[in-house]
Amino acid sequence: MTDTKHTDDVTGVDTTGHQWDDIRELNNPLPKWWVYSFYACIVWSVAYWIVMPAWPIFMNGAWTYTGGVIGYDQRVVVENDIAEVAAGRQVYMDQISAQDLPTIQQNVELMEVALAGGRAAFGDNCAPCHGSGAQGSTGYPNLNDDDWIWGGSLEDIHVTLKHGIRWEADDDTRFNEMPRYLTDEILTADQVSDVTDYVLTLSGTAETTEASARGSEIFARECTACHMDGGIGNRELGAPNLADAIWLYGGDRASVYESIANARAGQMPAWGDRLDPVTVKQLALYVHALGGGE
Amino acid sequence: MTSDASTAGPETAGAGLTSLIGEAEKLANPHGHEGETATAVNSEKNRSLYASRIKIYPKLVHGRYRLVKWVVMAITLGVYYVTPWIRWDRGPFAPDQAVLLDFPHRRFYFFWIEIWPQEVYYLTGLLILASVLLFLVTSLAGRVWCGYTCPQTVWTDLFIYIERLIEGDRSARIRLDKSSFSINKLVRKTSKHAVWLIVAIATGGAWVFYFDDAPTLAANLLTFSADPVAYLFIAIFTATTYVFGGLAREQVCTYMCPWPRIQGAMFDDESFLVTYKYDRGDPRGPHKKNTSWDGRGDCIDCGQCVAACPMGIDIRDGMQLECIQCALCIDACDDIMAKVGRPRGLIEYDTPANMDRRLAGEKERFHIFRPRTVIYMGVLVLVSAIMFFSLATRGAIDLNVLRDRNPLFVQLSDGSIRNGYTVKIINKVHEEQAFSIRIDGLPSAQLIQQGVSAGDSVKTAIPPDSLKDIKTFVILPREALGSLDGGEASLRFIVENISTGETVYNETSFRGPR
Repeated sequence: MTDTKHTDDVTGVDTTGHQWDDIRELNNPLPKWWVYSFYACIVWSVAYWIVMPAWPIFMNGAWTYTGGVIGYDQRVVVENDIAEVAAGRQVYMDQISAQDLPTIQQNVELMEVALAGGRAAFGDNCAPCHGSGAQGSTGYPNLNDDDWIWGGSLEDIHVTLKHGIRWEADDDTRFNEMPRYLTDEILTADQVSDVTDYVLTLSGTAETTEASARGSEIFARECTACHMDGGIGNRELGAPNLADAIWLYGGDRASVYESIANARAGQMPAWGDRLDPVTVKQLALYVHALGGGE
Repeated sequence: MTSDASTAGPETAGAGLTSLIGEAEKLANPHGHEGETATAVNSEKNRSLYASRIKIYPKLVHGRYRLVKWVVMAITLGVYYVTPWIRWDRGPFAPDQAVLLDFPHRRFYFFWIEIWPQEVYYLTGLLILASVLLFLVTSLAGRVWCGYTCPQTVWTDLFIYIERLIEGDRSARIRLDKSSFSINKLVRKTSKHAVWLIVAIATGGAWVFYFDDAPTLAANLLTFSADPVAYLFIAIFTATTYVFGGLAREQVCTYMCPWPRIQGAMFDDESFLVTYKYDRGDPRGPHKKNTSWDGRGDCIDCGQCVAACPMGIDIRDGMQLECIQCALCIDACDDIMAKVGRPRGLIEYDTPANMDRRLAGEKERFHIFRPRTVIYMGVLVLVSAIMFFSLATRGAIDLNVLRDRNPLFVQLSDGSIRNGYTVKIINKVHEEQAFSIRIDGLPSAQLIQQGVSAGDSVKTAIPPDSLKDIKTFVILPREALGSLDGGEASLRFIVENISTGETVYNETSFRGPR
């Protein structure tokens, strides 16, 4: 290496003066605008460290960060934004809170807000059991159809949502209990089998047979108190309609047998304890609007 | 510019001392002395790859093409400034501006045509049309767009015109730039830039009128109560007009615009291009009055074609990237030819093929219909026809039916199957219209609207110029489930405007258990 000035013959450009195995490096400096932009960026970054939150520091035995002199905090910004949106919605929330459900349903603008809010709340709270499209699954009712165990009017849906089903923490919860006919030895296995045959004839899925005729007598004795004559159900008691096409726990013979033998008892939380009243109202309106509302 | 004699090519080196002197003179006076031959500063041999820009002083010419350019400038500028002020009555629910790009309300208005956001493909069609037209014109007559109608050319021409009014023609401008500081120079330069700025502000100012109601916006702008965005865009377009038209000029075409690079693929040997007919002009050289023209070409090497060129090239070097085909060199040369008593058209719109034909002693021929041009014309006619047809036949209703997918279908307590559909109807009429909705394809199915008791036909009223979502259900009774094929049947929603009878339909499907 040498420090003498050397100019490249071919290009006429000075070299850096370094030499490795006769290889020299041309000294073509960076463009000035680039260099000055680079310096400006360095100055900017130092200023940024001082003004804005920047460096992690270990202070008083814990990791924290330099807060910056203007005290900017993205979390505060987000919280302010959320508060701003909530304040903007408050007008509608107040109206939903003040008006009764059928009145809201007549108000196109308010309904739009309620359905959007209901959809969001449904996705957050109800979809895990009832499915994102409220289509339900075995043991979890489909909320799109017109079959309602506890009633499908706005008010019925609202009460169910508010107080839940078999939710013991709520005194007004919807509650009923189907006896476990075989497990508790109220009926014998043969009798349960006969009743099963009869129940299947109610919805027209099976033909009347000798067994179903025997089951008919047992049904009249044991089941009609709740499920009524012909198995049409009773919404006051939450007794499902056995004569329609919809089976919460399956409509095949084995499932129906199991339902009679061991009983079924699903559960829904009382959402009145968990969500604010406006959200529960929005949910009631949303579920009612899915297509099965009465 | 060749700056180092030792690195010059053999051509210059072999030319000897005189050439070196000439070079030195050129260095000192890139534009030549007054009254002397002009130098094409952007000609290939006159500039190295990394030279800084040498200012061009285009000289005013008179003639056919200059006249055409003045007329085109008047028309294009007129269209640009006047269009937003044309009124067009569309009734009480729509703006009355003939051409309006209404972004806040998501509508484009163009006289009787109204474009909704979902119809932006018309814009695509328009762009395709414009580009094919550009291809066609370029293959026929070169960069006509660049030379006459491109905004860069029009505004540069306008800025040069202003410059000429204030500072004088070419030689006066060269002299002024070379002169040392004086009050005269200061006044002229300042007033030139002031007028440029006024033109630039007018250009930026006119632009925003296309996006809002022009009279309202103009009043707001003057009282400084318009949207800051309007001022921002005026500022942006003022700056670009001033910089591109006044300062950057030919550099925009040569360095910024992609079109000069594409043009090479666009024209061929039969394209009409601004051409120096070297078969007639060479050998060139100065000509003394009353001497014979025998044995020499018609070009007297006066350099007027170069002096007139706004791009700083010498057309006699042949077709070049920089040439925008403005034809001002034709006017300049025709003027000289008339003066020396030779026929006009030494520089003229000509085809490279004809040049070869003349050299070979053949007759000139013109091939306008070539595969290239015929294909472009075909595409042009086809795209125009498609656009015209679709515009002419488009209705005042737009219908979209979205079938619920979650859940796919719902079984009701009586065993029937229900599907949900969101029917989106756009009423493009500027008045409220009543529509009926019905279904076709599943005879036993029933259409019901949410919140409305069941009936054969669902009716709805839609406000002027808007879109409405109508939630509907179709129920197929249990007995009719056999009409599903593999759990599916096709279904058609029909929407009818009750007063006009206009009908549109949308195909969808009905799903049930397999």
